[in-house]
Amino acid sequence: MLTPELIEAERPYLMRYALAQLRDKGAADEAVQETLLAALESATSFSGKSSVRTWLTSILRFKLIDTIRRERKVVLVESFEDEASDDEFADLFFAPDGHWREPVRAWGGPEATLIAREFWDVFERCSQAMPRRTAMAFVLRELQGMEIAEICKALEITATNCSVMLYRARMSLRECFEISWLGGAKA
Amino acid sequence: MMIKCKEASWLISASLDRPLTLAEQVRLSMHLLMCGNCKNFSQQMAQLRAIARQVGNGE
Ligand SMILES: [Zn+2]
Repeated sequence: MLTPELIEAERPYLMRYALAQLRDKGAADEAVQETLLAALESATSFSGKSSVRTWLTSILRFKLIDTIRRERKVVLVESFEDEASDDEFADLFFAPDGHWREPVRAWGGPEATLIAREFWDVFERCSQAMPRRTAMAFVLRELQGMEIAEICKALEITATNCSVMLYRARMSLRECFEISWLGGAKA
Repeated sequence: MMIKCKEASWLISASLDRPLTLAEQVRLSMHLLMCGNCKNFSQQMAQLRAIARQVGNGE
C-alpha cells in the first residue's frame, strides 16, 4: 500500500535530484511539490513493479522538463563549476557505502532492440534534463564518435570536465531507458 | 586495494574514452570479478555505445 508517508519520505531525495538539474532552489521546491501532489493523486496507479523512489523520480523528470520549458528564468545549468558536486550526483545512484542503490539489470536482446527503436525519443526527453554542454558532449562522443581532444576544443572544456560530463550523461541516459521501460510496462 | 561500485562505474565510463592505466585495469577487473551489477553496467555501456554509433551513422 502506497501511503502519503511513504511518498513524503522521498522528498529529500527528490529535492537533491531536482537541485542537480535546476539552479533555482524555489523552482526545484515547486517541481518536487508538484511531483508529490501528482503522486498522491495517482497513488492507486502505482504498480509496485518499480520502487517508490524510481516511480517518483520518473514523475519528477517530467516536471523538471516542464519547469525548464515553462520558466525562461530557470537557467539550465551550463557551467560545470556551478553544477551539483560529484558527491551530489553520485548520491543519486549510489548508497553511502558506494554500492548501487538499485540493482543493475542485464539488458538482453529485447532491450537492445527497444533502445535502437526508442533512442531519439528517450534521448530527447532525457537530454532536456541534462546541462546543455553535457548533452552536447554525449552527442559528439557517442553519436559522432569524436575524440576527447576535439570535444574539449569544441566545447572549451578540460579533459577532466569532459570525462565528468560524459560519465553523467551515460549514467543519466541509462537511467532514462530503465525508467521509460518501467513506465511502458505499467501502461 | 578494493574499489566500490561508484569508482568502478567511473572507470567503466572512462575506459570508453581513454585507455585505462595498468593500476586502473587491475582494480576494475578485480571488482568486476565479484560484482554482477557492475558487470551488467559495463555491458549496458557497451550496448548504449554500439546503438548510439549506429543511430549517429543514420542507421
Ligand atoms: Zn560494483
